[in-house]
Amino acid sequence: MIRLYDYDLSGNCYKVRLMLAILGLDYERKNVEFFPGKRHREPEFLAVNPLGQLPVLEDGDLRLTQSQAILTYLARAYDASGQWFPLDTPARTGQCLQWLGFADALTATASAARLADGMGFDFDGDAAREGAHKLFAVLDEHLWFHEREGHDWLVPGAAPTIADIACFPYVMLSEEGGIPREPFPAIRRWTDRVKRIPGFVVMPGIFPAILGSQ
Amino acid sequence: MSEQPDPFMLNQWFAISGLTDVGPTAKNTLLMGEKLSYRRAGDGFEVTTADGRTLPVLAQYACLWTSLGQPESGLFEIPQYHETDRRSIVAGSIGVNVSAQRGVENFLDMGHFPFVHTGILGELPHTEVKEYNVRLTEDGSEIIATECMFYQPMASTVSTEGMDVEYIYRVPHPTCSVLYKSSPLDEKRLDVIALFVQPIGPEKLRAHMVLSILDDVNADDFISHFQLHIFGQDKPILENQMPKRLPLDTRAETPIRADKSSIMYRRWLAAKGVTYGTIPAAA
Repeated sequence: MIRLYDYDLSGNCYKVRLMLAILGLDYERKNVEFFPGKRHREPEFLAVNPLGQLPVLEDGDLRLTQSQAILTYLARAYDASGQWFPLDTPARTGQCLQWLGFADALTATASAARLADGMGFDFDGDAAREGAHKLFAVLDEHLWFHEREGHDWLVPGAAPTIADIACFPYVMLSEEGGIPREPFPAIRRWTDRVKRIPGFVVMPGIFPAILGSQ
Repeated sequence: MSEQPDPFMLNQWFAISGLTDVGPTAKNTLLMGEKLSYRRAGDGFEVTTADGRTLPVLAQYACLWTSLGQPESGLFEIPQYHETDRRSIVAGSIGVNVSAQRGVENFLDMGHFPFVHTGILGELPHTEVKEYNVRLTEDGSEIIATECMFYQPMASTVSTEGMDVEYIYRVPHPTCSVLYKSSPLDEKRLDVIALFVQPIGPEKLRAHMVLSILDDVNADDFISHFQLHIFGQDKPILENQMPKRLPLDTRAETPIRADKSSIMYRRWLAAKGVTYGTIPAAA
């Protein structure tokens, strides 16, 4: 059975739960109280991941850290269609990895602002917001031009990829860090599309496409 | 709009941290725009302002409290907190980008349960908020809402099935509320969930959630998980409130019957002359 070291309010943990749900995989959820308990800094968890970062996925003998790597693994291991991690053309593989890198930049900015505002972490919230705003502008422009060419997702093609799953959480939780999404209409349309992916699940702070349905 | 505390707010006690989060190393926080540092000092606690002023302190209900002014008295009573068979837990202190009074108002609202806390504190199609009572205590110090009944699929950490839950709300302080709800373990007793809201700025709050509950089964981290899960669901609602300050003019927003508590709360704040975190009615 797959085991996920998990924290309920973490966007990076949520993206793994979301992918597991979309792929229809059962897993054991092991709660590590990141806040307020800071259990990720205690020896018990440091023995699992010396960097003290969540999430961690265990599957058989494999232990993986870094949420983007975990998404890649799940797609390669459990998605027979090849939709979620595209290997059909070199360009699409490269584009997918580019957006996984973008997701890490969202963690460093939009997520940092959220931790500063919401959980009292000693980060520079204003610098994080400024960084997030630049990323959101790039993302919105990309999606806007993409829509004009008939593409719904971050990587060109008919179906969503792990790039969409990787970038979605900290975009959707941005208001908790004081970053509004009103100025980014293409982002808002894209997040609505992500919410309609079959198997979609929510986390606190993110509502389903139809209120009251989950 | 007021960026400085009005006299009523200035002279209140406010929770600024859970006691378990206070150590010998000073930490910083904001109270109504004033930068404070707080720490454990000897057997007690110390809270100082940036310009070196030492503020009054109270260690009560698992939290550290202070005041920028001169409180007339101690804190409101929560007698159940002292019952020895209860678990008392600070579930967490969470910052939200909205005024403290908007935070309290959301806490008093039952109408959002089925839509926002689906499967936990409510579910479709059980959306009706039945008639309930709201009154001010004789001395005018506190609002009490009683006979609030609501169907909840998972009322608490020890729930095994859905039940009709009774709520009693108290508002004994401009930014604190104490909620009593039926315990799934003992029909004669009530769980207590206190929300102590620290106004960081006029449009920014930090909510300290203190639970005093009957649960002899679950670990602290699960109880905290449950409460933070629910509060996390409220965040996008709170942060999308427009305006971010609570309007006190009765014509500013259109209330429905279910908002009786909120109407009383707004009137009470207006009567006390609260301008900080609110939009006062035009004179």
